[in-house]
Amino acid sequence: MAGQTLYDKLWQDHLVKTREDGTALIYIDRQLLHEVTSPQAFEGLRLANRQPWRLNANLATVDHNVPTTDRDKGVAGIEDQVSKIQVTTLDENCDEFGIVEYKMQDVRQGIVHVIGPEQGATLPGMTVVCGDSHTSTHGAFACLAHGIGTSEVEHVLATQCLIQKKMKNMLVRIDGKLGAGVSGKDVVLAIIGKIGTAGGTGYAIEFGGQVMRDMSMEGRMTVCNMAIEAGARAGMVAVDDTTIEYFKGRPYSPTGETWDKAVESWKQLTSDDDAEFDTVVVLKGEDIKPQVSWGTSPEMVAAIDENVPVPAEQTDAVKREGYERALKYMDLQAGMPITDIKVDKVFIGSCTNSRIEDLRMAAEVAKGRKVADSVKQAMVVPGSGLVKQQAEAEGLDKIFVEAGFEWRDPGCSMCLAMNPDKLEPGEHCASTSNRNFEGRQGFGGRTHLVSPAMAAAAAVEGHFVDVRDIL
Amino acid sequence: MEKFEKHTGIVAPLNRANVDTDMIIPKQFLKSIKRTGFGQNLFDEWRYLDVGQPGQDCSQRPVNEEFVLNFPRYKGASVLLAQQNFGCGSSREHAPWAISEYGFRAVIAPSFADIFFNNSFKNGLLPIVLEQSVVDTLFAEVEAEEGYQLTVDLEAQQVISPSGNAYAFEIDPFRKHCLLNGLDDIGLTLQDADVIRDFEDKRRETAPWLFTELS
Ligand code: SF4
Repeated sequence: MAGQTLYDKLWQDHLVKTREDGTALIYIDRQLLHEVTSPQAFEGLRLANRQPWRLNANLATVDHNVPTTDRDKGVAGIEDQVSKIQVTTLDENCDEFGIVEYKMQDVRQGIVHVIGPEQGATLPGMTVVCGDSHTSTHGAFACLAHGIGTSEVEHVLATQCLIQKKMKNMLVRIDGKLGAGVSGKDVVLAIIGKIGTAGGTGYAIEFGGQVMRDMSMEGRMTVCNMAIEAGARAGMVAVDDTTIEYFKGRPYSPTGETWDKAVESWKQLTSDDDAEFDTVVVLKGEDIKPQVSWGTSPEMVAAIDENVPVPAEQTDAVKREGYERALKYMDLQAGMPITDIKVDKVFIGSCTNSRIEDLRMAAEVAKGRKVADSVKQAMVVPGSGLVKQQAEAEGLDKIFVEAGFEWRDPGCSMCLAMNPDKLEPGEHCASTSNRNFEGRQGFGGRTHLVSPAMAAAAAVEGHFVDVRDIL
Repeated sequence: MEKFEKHTGIVAPLNRANVDTDMIIPKQFLKSIKRTGFGQNLFDEWRYLDVGQPGQDCSQRPVNEEFVLNFPRYKGASVLLAQQNFGCGSSREHAPWAISEYGFRAVIAPSFADIFFNNSFKNGLLPIVLEQSVVDTLFAEVEAEEGYQLTVDLEAQQVISPSGNAYAFEIDPFRKHCLLNGLDDIGLTLQDADVIRDFEDKRRETAPWLFTELS
């Protein structure tokens, strides 16, 4: 019999019961909650007179709606009344049911996918769910982690289980080494460019190969974060020393003997050598250049030294029309060099790229330089209060501010513009977030997905440039 | 949940691939803490010419006459015909809520994004995968004939066209059972409460670090 993949093992470890129809009840170790996708779930519990199954399995925070300035005013400082109601509703629900929540003024508050690992609330081998598709981020720690809808949030609250069907196994192996100035974001954009936004549909993707082994935990989180953009609900990376090292001393990490026992069990969280995958995709690290998305889907991406594609050259009609529509929306000319695209705004943040290492990479580029006059706004939004603290301890905030960036408080911010941070119609934005859909960062806004280093480089030059040339 | 047995209705064709959840229901409407009220903002950015705000009276807004759902011939449509990778993007359940509340009972496409697909079933909305060639045929037929209707027979797992062609589709038996009977998942799962508790107790023993007290 062939060996097991990491996903097979995680599935097996959490399988409560296989039902007659072939679906499975899967036990959930951790649920993360935020204000947008939970109110209707709590309402459902109340209506059915149900209590949460295991309070301690849940951790909540507010992130999508919170303003990134004037935080000392707390909830009262949220000007948008509807946003305020959502934030207050989560506070009230957590208080009522007794769920631990990092509220707006807690230093541990931040984007759900940043705070989970930061606190050790996400640990290797867990099943992690959240009403947010970027829950795949936590797969970086060899977790089975994926987004769920609000009905499922309620289902997990009430039963600590999910009804699941097993996915297929895909291995994306990135061999070799990455060049300087190329990071996790470029890797994942290159993967999506290769397999497409539906390439991973129905699969759990394991990211492996030397490039992943050499990558920091932050980089691995960036890669897994965007697994969903490749269509896969879950992305994951096997445990190695880097993973274990990451959890030393985190608030909810085990200690003493339990730590030793945990580490022993975590070490099993890799695919067996003879495991069989349904699909294997291979990339070479050396071939991956800094990436920039030019269209309105993450698969519409090119390397920095390439040109915007020419729709007429596409043979597939659906694709051709998609390209034409995207170029029209983005107001770009077919065939123009990517480096000719000017940017109006720059956003460094989001659950993809707002961790300390991301900020360090951006600061390295920003240091001693100035945001170009043509750029209307450049902002840096740390992923959590603790990331912010750490960055300030390292003096990164000063580097950014001196270069002309705004230094903000943690939250989702301009990743989806539910708070006041938005693009105006027609503006081009170099963004370290994960979605370049029409209107994602504000009605009529034009998003270009890039790495933190590339975003900082675009900020100082006013258009996209190869960050490798200025490092 | 509303039962789904057999449904016949007008078909609206949305001929674009990769229709994402931000297009289905733009984020400003996610601020609601209710499950209802999203239907009038389905495809908001395509349907109206201005920028929609939550809680607004949509009957006063300028309508985009060029958007297919606004064509008089598709008024009252209850079957949405779509293209590849429909529902990609976020996990927001507001997407199926909006589609259902608008009046759609079924969405037919060559492929769907996983989370959207899953969320649909939980809300009595039936996503149906048919082969690309069949979907193309249906698009041609809808566009050619005003008042075109399809019948979706869940029991028989068939989509039936006006000319009597029947196209079979797959559906997982459990989901079919739940839809046919309008069953609530949570109640069903709680029938296994003892099994879940046993599993949990064992886990607490073998992996205590997963049960740390949060504070
Ligand atoms: S940062 Fe963006 S993608 Fe991440 S959870 Fe927030 S809104 Fe979602």
